[in-house]
Amino acid sequence: MSAAVKERSREEYKAQEERLRTVWANPTGWRYWTSVNNFQIGLWYGSAAFTFMLFAGALALLMRLQLAVPDNDFLSADFFNQAFTLHGTVMMFLFAVPIFEAVAIFLLPPMLGAREMPFPRLGAFSFWSFFLGGIFVCGSIFFNAAPSSGWFMYPPLATDKELSGIGADIWLLGLSFIEVASIAAAVELIVGIMKCRAPGMRINLMPLFAWYLLIVAGMILFAFPPLIAGDLLFEMERMFDWPFFDAARGGDPLLWQHLFWIFGHPEVYIIFLPAIALVAMIVPTFSQRPIVGYSWIVLAAVGTGFLSFGLWVHHMFATGLPQISLAFFSAASEAVAIPTGVQIFVFIATMLAGRVIFSTPMLFGAGGLAIFVIGGLTGVMVALAPFDWQAHDTYFVVAHLHYVLIGGMLFPVVAGLYYYYPLIDAKKLSDRLGRLAFWLMFCGFNIAFFPMHLSGLRGMPRRVFIYPAEIGWDWLNLISTAGAFIFAAGVLVVVFDALRPKHRQPRGELNPWNAGTLEWISEPKENWGVRSIPIVRSRYPLWDQKDLARKINEGRYYLPDAEEGWREGLVTSVLDAEPIQVLRVGGTSHVTIVSALSLGAAFIALTFHWWIATALAAITCFCAVLYWLWTGTAEIPEKPEKDVGLGLSLPLYASGPDSVGWWAMFITMMGDGTAFASLVFGYFFYWTIHADFTAGIAGPDGAWSLAAAAMFAAAWALMVAARMFNRRNATAATRGLLVLSLLTTVGASAAGLAGPWSPGMDPTRHVYPAIVWILVLWVLAHAAVGTVMQAYCLARSLAGRLTPKHDIDLCNVVLYWHFLLIAAVITFTIIGLFPAAM
Amino acid sequence: MRLIPKQIETLWTLFTAPVVWAAHFLVCYIGAAVYCAKPELVGLSFNAVRAGIAAVTVIALSLIALSAWLAWRQWGFGTDDPPHDDPTRRDRTLFQGLATLLLSGLSFIAVIFTAMPALFLTECIR
Repeated sequence: MSAAVKERSREEYKAQEERLRTVWANPTGWRYWTSVNNFQIGLWYGSAAFTFMLFAGALALLMRLQLAVPDNDFLSADFFNQAFTLHGTVMMFLFAVPIFEAVAIFLLPPMLGAREMPFPRLGAFSFWSFFLGGIFVCGSIFFNAAPSSGWFMYPPLATDKELSGIGADIWLLGLSFIEVASIAAAVELIVGIMKCRAPGMRINLMPLFAWYLLIVAGMILFAFPPLIAGDLLFEMERMFDWPFFDAARGGDPLLWQHLFWIFGHPEVYIIFLPAIALVAMIVPTFSQRPIVGYSWIVLAAVGTGFLSFGLWVHHMFATGLPQISLAFFSAASEAVAIPTGVQIFVFIATMLAGRVIFSTPMLFGAGGLAIFVIGGLTGVMVALAPFDWQAHDTYFVVAHLHYVLIGGMLFPVVAGLYYYYPLIDAKKLSDRLGRLAFWLMFCGFNIAFFPMHLSGLRGMPRRVFIYPAEIGWDWLNLISTAGAFIFAAGVLVVVFDALRPKHRQPRGELNPWNAGTLEWISEPKENWGVRSIPIVRSRYPLWDQKDLARKINEGRYYLPDAEEGWREGLVTSVLDAEPIQVLRVGGTSHVTIVSALSLGAAFIALTFHWWIATALAAITCFCAVLYWLWTGTAEIPEKPEKDVGLGLSLPLYASGPDSVGWWAMFITMMGDGTAFASLVFGYFFYWTIHADFTAGIAGPDGAWSLAAAAMFAAAWALMVAARMFNRRNATAATRGLLVLSLLTTVGASAAGLAGPWSPGMDPTRHVYPAIVWILVLWVLAHAAVGTVMQAYCLARSLAGRLTPKHDIDLCNVVLYWHFLLIAAVITFTIIGLFPAAM
Repeated sequence: MRLIPKQIETLWTLFTAPVVWAAHFLVCYIGAAVYCAKPELVGLSFNAVRAGIAAVTVIALSLIALSAWLAWRQWGFGTDDPPHDDPTRRDRTLFQGLATLLLSGLSFIAVIFTAMPALFLTECIR
């Protein structure tokens, strides 16, 4: 090769690099906060969650001070109630779940060899929603308005406005808002893991972290929606007096317990699995060998994910359900110990087979697992109904759940912090401080929580703010308090280590632990994730593909350039990760912040019943989301294909099941469908608990209901036809069908409304009209969204942004209509026919 | 018509056995709960409920056994040993087969666990 050619290619390489850097660059100044890059969002998300954790930890220390000695008057009863409620709520909803979303958003793209998550703006939206909702919920305690009925908000205490005040509304609305953020994150994770892996990363080569996260995201989709449905019923009762949980008018507080724990128990595993996923990355690195039993870990992750949905009633063993029901759940609770144990044995086997380096992350990982195993064993005890009847609502359960959560989640997360900290700025945390922190936390934890088993067995109920001296709880509580402060000291050492200025510390090497997975290739100073998207041929590419790092950084693989000025990544096939499309993702934008803040404002205004403010905020949010969709999604590319390097040319546009947007809609609607199923469950639940669940009230008019179902089916058929005609270039017919479908939908909604309206069903009178109304309103709200989508497609078609070849919007809307059809048909046939059939 | 399905290229088969477990669990739980809430509805004895649970358990176990056999076939009838970490379509398929087989085993045990209460409980006591 001549020197001139070499020189030209060097220049070309520099130019490529510069273009790529510019496209992925962060804005500066205050606009920095409009960044949507996964690196920044992950960091903000994690820092916010960690801060909320410290806040909730401080509340715990206040409680421990109050309980240190008998007959203490340090805190008032009401403040104590607020403190334990907020402690549980914040730890669960604002720390344990979001921290994993943070870690996932931060780590997954580089780990999968991708540049970004498929929907970076959705990730940013999720963060801002979480941040605002979190501040709102936490801030309430400074106004003496925090929720005070316990983190699971049992009615009738929490539905009583006199006893629970505005705190319960803050809990319901603040957390519903955060649940939306979690579901958004789940959509992002599933699509990211399934469709955006580096070429060649077949599912048998996927990092275990990704396997775990895939399962967890799936679990979120089926676990969070029942709680959203429950929140809806709860808030309707508090705001409009619809008696879902009021026994006097046919309601039942137990329905809340079912809906809460259908969410609440999988939640434990939603928290645990990502933490154990971190351990699954750390153990091979410090054993310097591949994991032993990769398939067994997949078994454990998938098995736990499923079984965890068969456990919820073990929180309700003391509620008087038939013993056979209790026994089913007891059996499943014992069965889940099998996959959980498998993972522990896999880790032990990996350590035995390799040469273990006992670093700080390993210390936290191993210490956490030891604690977790103790919590798991007490879990097997309380999963037995007769033992649970003795231990229920005592400190034994408090000890159990802290052993599980701190051992299974907090310790692994700190292990992950020590392990992954160099990714932030190529600087390690201090090994000495790390070991000090570990021993303080490990000893402090056991000193604090082990005695709680004993105080529980001695009969100390959870949530008491005071106890007398002579019943034998005093010295156990004093020890617990001392341990809590030792534990807190350990946490503070971690915080100090993470925050202390490190500018004198030199930057270290890129892969300081000699790990084998791809995330260790990304350079902290660059924002592009990977310089070029590699071809992966191993589970541990950095160990097995020797020149991989060099070739990636020399831009020898896919998409080393950004010549059209877009942020681009690859979409690959699910099983074998063959490249199929170039995905252009959204860049820096204000619209995510505006949407999240206005949605948050709507929820907050609703809490205080400021109706006009709620309406204004909701309209702002609606407009922001429409603007976001119109300007940032389903863009028609300037050319059909582009050269991605290595002689490969890929399409820039795909619609239907080939597109990531279609999958996002499908996944969202699965979650939405689960929430709907929870409401239907409520309907039949009320049927089972009453001899006549209609209480003699005339039900919705059958003819109107069936007419509504039929018209929704017609509207759906018109939508399917519109998609078909659009593909056949019949644009005018497409537009006509869209208008016709929209009008049919409006008619169907009117008919649906007439069903319960014509017999004058009053939702405040009894639970039967209330549950009928809520089902009808659910469908009508979805129909309203459906009409907006129809109008949007029409506008896109008129604006030339929806064409016969570029029909992402229409495909996604038709998919939405499939789900709407199912919901409408189920709702109107049940409410119209079921009471008569009984 | 072939009795045994052809091998297909999809991720979803991985979840067959756990889905059967979930369906079995729901049928048992809902069936027993509705019976105990409204025993007059069908006019059968609790022993009929137990027989029903036995029947769905046999069906569920058979389906899981079938899923296990298909997984075993996908795993090449165990001719290759794990870790199945070569970057080939063949190793990816073998991995899927093994993972599906393991999940079938777990689901089989879990279904038996779920059915066991029906052996011991003879009425709807609360």
